[in-house]
Amino acid sequence: MTEQPRFIEVAASTENLLAVRNFVARHARLHGFGEKDTEEIRLSVDEAMTNVIKHAYGYDDSKLIYVSVGSDERTFWVAIQDNGHAFDISSYTTPDVPQRIKNRQKGGVGVYLIKKLMDKVEYSSKGQHNEIRMIKNL
Amino acid sequence: MSTFDITPRKVESVEILDLTGELDAHTAPVLEESITRLIDEQKYNIIVNFTSLDYISSAGLGVFMAYIEELRDLGGDIKLTNMKESVFNVFDLLGFPALYDILEEEQEAVRKFLNSNPQD
Repeated sequence: MTEQPRFIEVAASTENLLAVRNFVARHARLHGFGEKDTEEIRLSVDEAMTNVIKHAYGYDDSKLIYVSVGSDERTFWVAIQDNGHAFDISSYTTPDVPQRIKNRQKGGVGVYLIKKLMDKVEYSSKGQHNEIRMIKNL
Repeated sequence: MSTFDITPRKVESVEILDLTGELDAHTAPVLEESITRLIDEQKYNIIVNFTSLDYISSAGLGVFMAYIEELRDLGGDIKLTNMKESVFNVFDLLGFPALYDILEEEQEAVRKFLNSNPQD
């Protein structure tokens, strides 16, 4: 089997969501995940990358996003790195979906989905460098 | 490359949007435009048929979150039908089945609209 590259770097554009989703899903399958787990990883990565495009970079598509995958015997992880505004996880609260619908608010549920779908989510920031690492147990 | 497409059609007085492909933050504005156009044309009874939709992210769900109240205030609704299990699971995680009319078959949604607006 040909060795698959374990990282991809793309411009911070929603146009690249599909390519990154497919890259990660391919690796998830190679690591032995079934369709349901693969779909959950695919969605989590999409939500995390959309947040970077929107919040870290404010839709500036001259910026770059670096996505890498890795695994050991028991876990598979996807890391998304950016150099934009850091996400403050301490400010996160569980979204009240009925209230958001009443307020006609479009989103704000991405982090909630990631937390539901992955086994572990870690945020880290060093200077201008931010990373979200999403881990799923094999 | 386009990964998402909408085909509008009409069954009696009900507007139907057939979604195809993958709905994410890149393609959600296309859906938003279709729904706002129907509202502008005062067409408030809308069914979104998901038969050929393979993927949805929260950006796609967000479009439904933003317009359902307005449509209901105007006497209409958006009913969602024919979802694949993987797509339904995303709606389910956010509690949408309690907030939206999600039906297995389009015909059932058409029937519900016609029964609630017999004069149309």
